[in-house]
Amino acid sequence: MPIAPNIIEVKNLKKAYHDGVTETVALSGVTFNVRKGEFVAIMGPSGSGKSTLLHLLGLLDTPTSGHYSFNGKQVTSYSGDELARIRNQEIGFVFQSFNLLARTTVLENVKLPLVYSHVPEHEWDERATKAIEAVGLGHRIGHYQAELSGGERQRVAIARALVTDPEVIFADEPTGNLDSKSGKIVMSIIQKLNEKEGKTIVLITHETSTAEHSERIIRLMDGELESDRPVKNRLTADDEYIK
Amino acid sequence: MTYRHLFKTSLTGLTTNRSRSALTILGIVIGITAIMLVISLGGGAQALILGQVQGLGTNTIAIIPGREPTGPSDVSALYSDSLKIKDVQALQNKANVPDLKFVMPTVFGAGTAAYEANAYQVSVFGATERLAEIFDLTPNRGEFFTSDDVLSRTDVVVIGSKVVEHLFGSDNPVGQKIKIKGRNFKVVGTLPPTGGGSLFNFDSMTLMPYTTAQDYLLGIKYFNRIITQTETDAQVPAAAQDIARTLRDSHNITDPTKDDFTVQTQQDLANRLSTITGALTWFLVAVASIALFVGGVGIMNIMLVSVTERTREIGLRKALGATDKDILSQFLLEAVLLTAIGGLVGIILGASLAFIIAIVLSKGLGVNWQFIFPWNGAILGLVVSGLIGLIFGGYPASQASKKSPIEALRYE
Repeated sequence: MPIAPNIIEVKNLKKAYHDGVTETVALSGVTFNVRKGEFVAIMGPSGSGKSTLLHLLGLLDTPTSGHYSFNGKQVTSYSGDELARIRNQEIGFVFQSFNLLARTTVLENVKLPLVYSHVPEHEWDERATKAIEAVGLGHRIGHYQAELSGGERQRVAIARALVTDPEVIFADEPTGNLDSKSGKIVMSIIQKLNEKEGKTIVLITHETSTAEHSERIIRLMDGELESDRPVKNRLTADDEYIK
Repeated sequence: MTYRHLFKTSLTGLTTNRSRSALTILGIVIGITAIMLVISLGGGAQALILGQVQGLGTNTIAIIPGREPTGPSDVSALYSDSLKIKDVQALQNKANVPDLKFVMPTVFGAGTAAYEANAYQVSVFGATERLAEIFDLTPNRGEFFTSDDVLSRTDVVVIGSKVVEHLFGSDNPVGQKIKIKGRNFKVVGTLPPTGGGSLFNFDSMTLMPYTTAQDYLLGIKYFNRIITQTETDAQVPAAAQDIARTLRDSHNITDPTKDDFTVQTQQDLANRLSTITGALTWFLVAVASIALFVGGVGIMNIMLVSVTERTREIGLRKALGATDKDILSQFLLEAVLLTAIGGLVGIILGASLAFIIAIVLSKGLGVNWQFIFPWNGAILGLVVSGLIGLIFGGYPASQASKKSPIEALRYE
């Protein structure tokens, strides 16, 4: 099997925040690569810099220094509009707190990224419906987010991340606000996206059980890379159901 | 982002917060309503006043003593006795002013009229028998005084309806004598009520020959005003010039800037009155605009709160690919839609109120008050309210667009 190319190349990436007087270093130079189609979990205690790293990788924030190449593009020199376009077309986000629009239906929520895309409008409904069915919520398509359970909301968020058919999905503690059963369903969906659709997944978590669904765990500590090793006994969502 | 979806997104943003949106636009609604009302009522008042002025006949020319003051040190008031009987005679000479149908000298005064134990403060108007014709006055009882009465300084009066009411109650005054400044005057006729809306209200007036008024009541040798009429409207400009020339000859004036009289045509008067009502209307519009400004500040205030409240939404949209411009357009359009809707509601509300007021004034006061839909006010109101949205929504929208997606997503 040929080795897949790197989709994420990070070299000596630093991020520091200034509040005028003091400088707080959130990330003090990390280096690693992620291959296309890989499923990587980033772990670490709070304050370790994992959220900062995800924001940088997801092009939501710009690094203080260092090198970052995303999908072959030297994104550190890109303008705000160019970054917005990449976020729209090549990246999907899943957040801990779902971030669905209030008083809006499942369909409208999933269509939201398409509003900012170049996808012609007549394809929107079809694409959104397909994404919603992929997360098993076809029967909930016209419901408002207030009528959904937490697990269902997160599945809507995953459908929203999928709708532009991105290369990479960044998930920030996707099971953090869910009960264990809903969390497992969400993890099984994410795992399937990786295995069946070949999506690259970068997942942030502080739970080992969640991280072990991935192929590889990167551990951060105090803004530095502590370890980077493959998962030996990888969990699958189905395994857990058997347990 | 297409315009259609920009529009849809902004509209959704407004409708998800319906009651707040409604409260936000209240200031704009009030401001535009006030402006519509002022412009509509101003137009109605103008039409009414002009109608009455022109009702006197556009062929009427009035001569007023003194000239319009050119400055604070101007002593034109000194000329208030400049119009004398020789001027009237000069004007009546067809060789001087060929186009005049008649020349009517008039005097005004005030006094207390008394009958038995009743007294009433009246305006005394001295004129010739032509007065009845010019103002279309037909006595409901008795007769108007005649040219013979004018020539022979007879002590006769025609009294208005309020004078009748206060002095005689329901009795017939014709043939009775009333006392003004100690002199007895015989009532020869009474006038029907002219109504409160009329520009010239004869109801509390006592009309008598100007000769009688000058000699026995006011003790003056001059006239307060000379009213003339030409046969046709077309003759007015030439006649006005002839009158000025004749009076200058009569007063030995060579320099027209030193005139001690003013010749005023009805058209002049109409123009002047419409200038005044127009200026008044626009002054009131300016006052009402303050409400609009305050409304705009209110919008900015609420939009800033709304931007803070929707920080997460902004962050999410940016994370999903919205550019700064997309966010700016969304919030700007929300503000403009909000103010434009406010403007539209204000236009409808203002026009409806003006319509109701027009009906009330027409029915209640018995005047012919026309409802005027102020198209200029409506267009102005819509444009201004849209502009207010742009101006006062601009700052909050730019604040929204500048939010960093991570700051926004982190915000709880």
